[in-house]
Amino acid sequence: MTTSSTSPAIETRDLNLYYGSFQALIDVNMVIQPRRITGLIGPSGCGKSTLLRSLNRMNDLIPNVRVYGEIRVFDHNVCDDKTDLVGLRKRVGMVFQRPNPFPLSIYENVVFAARVHKTAKGSDFDDVVERCLSSVLLWEDLKDRLGKSALELSLEQQQRLCIARLLAVMPDILLMDEPCSAMDPASTQGLEELIARLKEEYTIVIVTHNMQQAARVSDDCGFMLLGEMVEFRLTDEMFKIPQDERTRDYVTGRYG
Amino acid sequence: MHQRSRFDSVREFIVEKTVLLSGLASIVFVLLIFVFLLKEGLRTFGIVSLEDFLLGRKWYPISSPPKFGILPLIGGTLAVTVGATLLSVPFGIASAFYIAEVAGPRMKEMLKTGIELLAAIPSVVIGFLGMVIVAPFIGDLFDLPTGQTALSGAVMLSLMAMPTIVSIAEDAITAIPGKYREAALALGATRWEYICRIAVRAAAPGIVAAVMLGIGRVIGETMAVMMITGNSAQIPHSLLQPVRTMTATIAAEMGETVPGGDHYAALFAIGLVLFVITFFVNLVADVFLHKDRGTVQ
Ligand SMILES: Nc1ncnc2c1ncn2[C@@H]1O[C@H](COP(=O)(O)OP(=O)(O)O)[C@@H](O)[C@H]1O
Ligand SMILES: [Mg+2]
Repeated sequence: MTTSSTSPAIETRDLNLYYGSFQALIDVNMVIQPRRITGLIGPSGCGKSTLLRSLNRMNDLIPNVRVYGEIRVFDHNVCDDKTDLVGLRKRVGMVFQRPNPFPLSIYENVVFAARVHKTAKGSDFDDVVERCLSSVLLWEDLKDRLGKSALELSLEQQQRLCIARLLAVMPDILLMDEPCSAMDPASTQGLEELIARLKEEYTIVIVTHNMQQAARVSDDCGFMLLGEMVEFRLTDEMFKIPQDERTRDYVTGRYG
Repeated sequence: MHQRSRFDSVREFIVEKTVLLSGLASIVFVLLIFVFLLKEGLRTFGIVSLEDFLLGRKWYPISSPPKFGILPLIGGTLAVTVGATLLSVPFGIASAFYIAEVAGPRMKEMLKTGIELLAAIPSVVIGFLGMVIVAPFIGDLFDLPTGQTALSGAVMLSLMAMPTIVSIAEDAITAIPGKYREAALALGATRWEYICRIAVRAAAPGIVAAVMLGIGRVIGETMAVMMITGNSAQIPHSLLQPVRTMTATIAAEMGETVPGGDHYAALFAIGLVLFVITFFVNLVADVFLHKDRGTVQ
């Protein structure tokens, strides 16, 4: 898909979300530009995951969730009941906090989407596997044991595999919910380098409760507190000259 | 204080040992039963060789000289078991997936209750229904001299295997970590694609175990098959013939035997064969159940 450089990849307008009677998102407005990495930071429980999961409607899996407002993905409101969820999730993919490869072989994990969406067949599958594993720098390590169970891989490799599995869908936007939180520092660094590489082709939204990580990897940054988007701006500005007092307190480490 | 803690530790000791004993008791009982079967049954192999017993095509226990070949009985059990398995496994696994993945909470409750009720029906009642409804129906349908056939037995036994298969398979499917479903849906898969491509494979060990335990249930069932399979000890060539299973033979003939006699011993030897078969079926089920626990972290 081609998108004109001016129109945003994602835009939320007065987004409010309730779990039952508890309001988890309050009037969230943000604009995510294509081919950039947007970081979402804020203390635990402030609604980062909730916001991220509403962007590809994964909150639909949770009973009693109510959403008000608009989420525009490439200028289509996806909060609509008529939204084609399969189509949305093909364009807006998600990487989860804990790596969740399927209990299948490495090969079958990568070709899952190609099988489901029938985007490849027969020998094309091998190409899909090579292309996607190469994109996440796993191909050299794994090409001789593609038939092995994905659950035997290290956590970092599993997370890379999950990203490869997602790239096979050929999405435009990658949502990542604390993708490094289960990793050691070396793995975290490896994954951050990968994320920076992926920016060339994908729009990335990454949730992290690690401010240093947000500062390192993101171009734009949103700071959330108690369901509100307190401040949303260029990452450099956010950390150097925060406008809101609450942001200043957070980035200078006064919150946990 | 001192007294009290001493009392507590004694009580703890007693409780612990009682629990241990109850646990051991089940193993002891199984061993005792096996030893008893061996003691009463092994004598048969002084009368006929093991080969003639297992592969003999004639079961004439009260003619003289008697013939103790159980191949027709093995054939009967096999016909009924295979038939019941073919019927109950697809339906059972499909219902398990429906209950675990598709049904809403109310429907789920209703179906689970229904399955439990099905399990609670005494086998003689199942046999009775088979005798007055299913067997005549099958007789008419295929234009047979008698509807009391292996097929009638298979149909009724599949009903009895269903609860086992459904509940164990459903447990296995429910135990699949939710992260797999989340991952599949986030990749744009539908619920059906998740079920067919991921859930089936993730729950495979549990499903195999469910099938094996269902088969074990069918092999061991006696009353219902005795009432509806026609009780004819001949090697079946199709499911539309009357058969007699190993279990039905023991149940039907034990009362007429002289304790300690050859016929009596031969029936025990059949029991021994059944014991060995069900033991292995359960063993396989157990291996798979274990494997299941291993992969679900
Ligand atoms: N399924 C749910 N049901 C009810 N409340 C939830 C659910 N998921 C999250 N919440 C609540 O919503 C708030 C935001 O959660 P979350 O988005 O997970 O925060 P974060 O990812 O920033 O740590 C928290 O107060 C949390 O308790
Ligand atoms: Mg979170």
